[in-house]
Amino acid sequence: MHVRSIAFVAFACIAAAAHSQPADPNVARSVAANCASCHGTNGVSQGVVPSLAGQSKADLVRKMQDFKAGRTPSTIMTQLAKGYTDEQIDLAATFFASQKP
Amino acid sequence: MQRRDFLKAIGAAGLAAGPLAGCAVSPSRSGAKVVVVGGGYGGATVAKYLDLWSNGTVDITLVEADPAFVSCPMSNLVLGGSKQISDLTVSYAGLAKRGIRVRSDIAQAVDPLRQTVRISNQVDLPYDRLVLSPGVDFLFDQVQGLGPRAQEKILHAWKAGPETVALRKQLEAMPDGGVFAISIPRAPYRCPPGPYERACQVAWYFKRAKPKSKVLILDGNEDVVSKKGLFMKAWNEDYKGIVEYRPNYVLTGVDASTMTMKFETAEDVKAAVINVIPPQRAGAIAAQAGVITANNRWCEVDFLSFESIKVPKIHVLGDAIQIAPAMPKSGHMANQHAKVAAAAILNAFSGRPPNPAPVINNTCYSFITDKDVVHVDSVHQYSAGKKTFETVPGSGGLSPGPTALEGEYAFAWAKNIWSDMLS
Repeated sequence: MHVRSIAFVAFACIAAAAHSQPADPNVARSVAANCASCHGTNGVSQGVVPSLAGQSKADLVRKMQDFKAGRTPSTIMTQLAKGYTDEQIDLAATFFASQKP
Repeated sequence: MQRRDFLKAIGAAGLAAGPLAGCAVSPSRSGAKVVVVGGGYGGATVAKYLDLWSNGTVDITLVEADPAFVSCPMSNLVLGGSKQISDLTVSYAGLAKRGIRVRSDIAQAVDPLRQTVRISNQVDLPYDRLVLSPGVDFLFDQVQGLGPRAQEKILHAWKAGPETVALRKQLEAMPDGGVFAISIPRAPYRCPPGPYERACQVAWYFKRAKPKSKVLILDGNEDVVSKKGLFMKAWNEDYKGIVEYRPNYVLTGVDASTMTMKFETAEDVKAAVINVIPPQRAGAIAAQAGVITANNRWCEVDFLSFESIKVPKIHVLGDAIQIAPAMPKSGHMANQHAKVAAAAILNAFSGRPPNPAPVINNTCYSFITDKDVVHVDSVHQYSAGKKTFETVPGSGGLSPGPTALEGEYAFAWAKNIWSDMLS
């Protein structure tokens, strides 16, 4: 990542943090850990449940938003996705995108 | 902006990733000692995540009496006969390989002032933080006649392992035409849908192997506690003529010699195989440590950290806690408690407060047949105003009906959560 983009992301994040995110440096990891019970530690799945690790952030956010809106049929994911704010989805997606598949 | 603040800000917004993450978020806590008592869904997970999230720098000891983990979720399939207990058994070797000390022992006493846990041979394990995930103990004394000898014949099988296998053997030995009676305690108890799933699994077995036999559900509650419509439909359709459900059957006693059950108000019931799930409370070590604070049964915790509201530096997870509204006592939930606790403990070692807004979820599958499955799920957000978890409005729900697809997901859930806890 270039220095400029780090600075930009950091600035955007500070703005977000100032709004509602708590000052806990590990909050993304903690939100993402919600998913690990079914999708595997750090999003690396052992079985038929899809792995989340290493997917692009944009894809993960879109998939979750599609579940949340009921656009993608599912057994549990629409029900669960509705329990998370857009901000929490963003945090979890950021975390999983950074993990090794 | 100072460099440190800059890094903090990045971490705060969730960029806890890549090479920056190491210097930004890694807490400095070399030598910090955590003792975990109980290697179930809560205890194994907290041990694993303390290690994972501290990059192996916390000194962790897991004290567990059993030589291997045996899962309660899925154990009703052993009663149905479609799974063996070995299918639900996972070694603690994965945790040991991480460098977590796994001690096959029983925690006997906690000294909260000296911050030590006594195990066998007068050995005291010192801790900076103690995590108790002791599961439940049974209140056998609330069922007259259910003493140690009667317990050899009238099983609970509500802790997976030898009792599960023994109850399966009783069902196999029962002549066709016999009655299997299951007594359910008043809520709250471990695994709300578990007894109803058990009824389905035994009925599934009877339908094939002993079609003249009956499953009699004697519920201490006034109605089915969990997944009501889904279970009722299964009993009225798939298992019509096999399963009978009776509410308001509060068990007061048993006579093991005549295989008779006695109730608060209802008439006595005789059965060929009696399965009593007794009333429960937090495991004994929680009582000894002084962290049972609710109704002499459960442990109240600060939901930001799962630290006891009464005894500092002792955290309690899983079925032993006084639950938040609509929070079930489930293995999945214990796994989620553990991650909130692990994060809070590591923050404490770094001098940071816990995450002020934790969120957790529950997913619970129940087997109607050997492969057709239903679920209930929920998302629980911490409310700073109410200082508890609340289910997020509009989220969560149930299956419309049993499917084999959810059966596949249920097995996949088991595989991943066991790995999430134990590898």
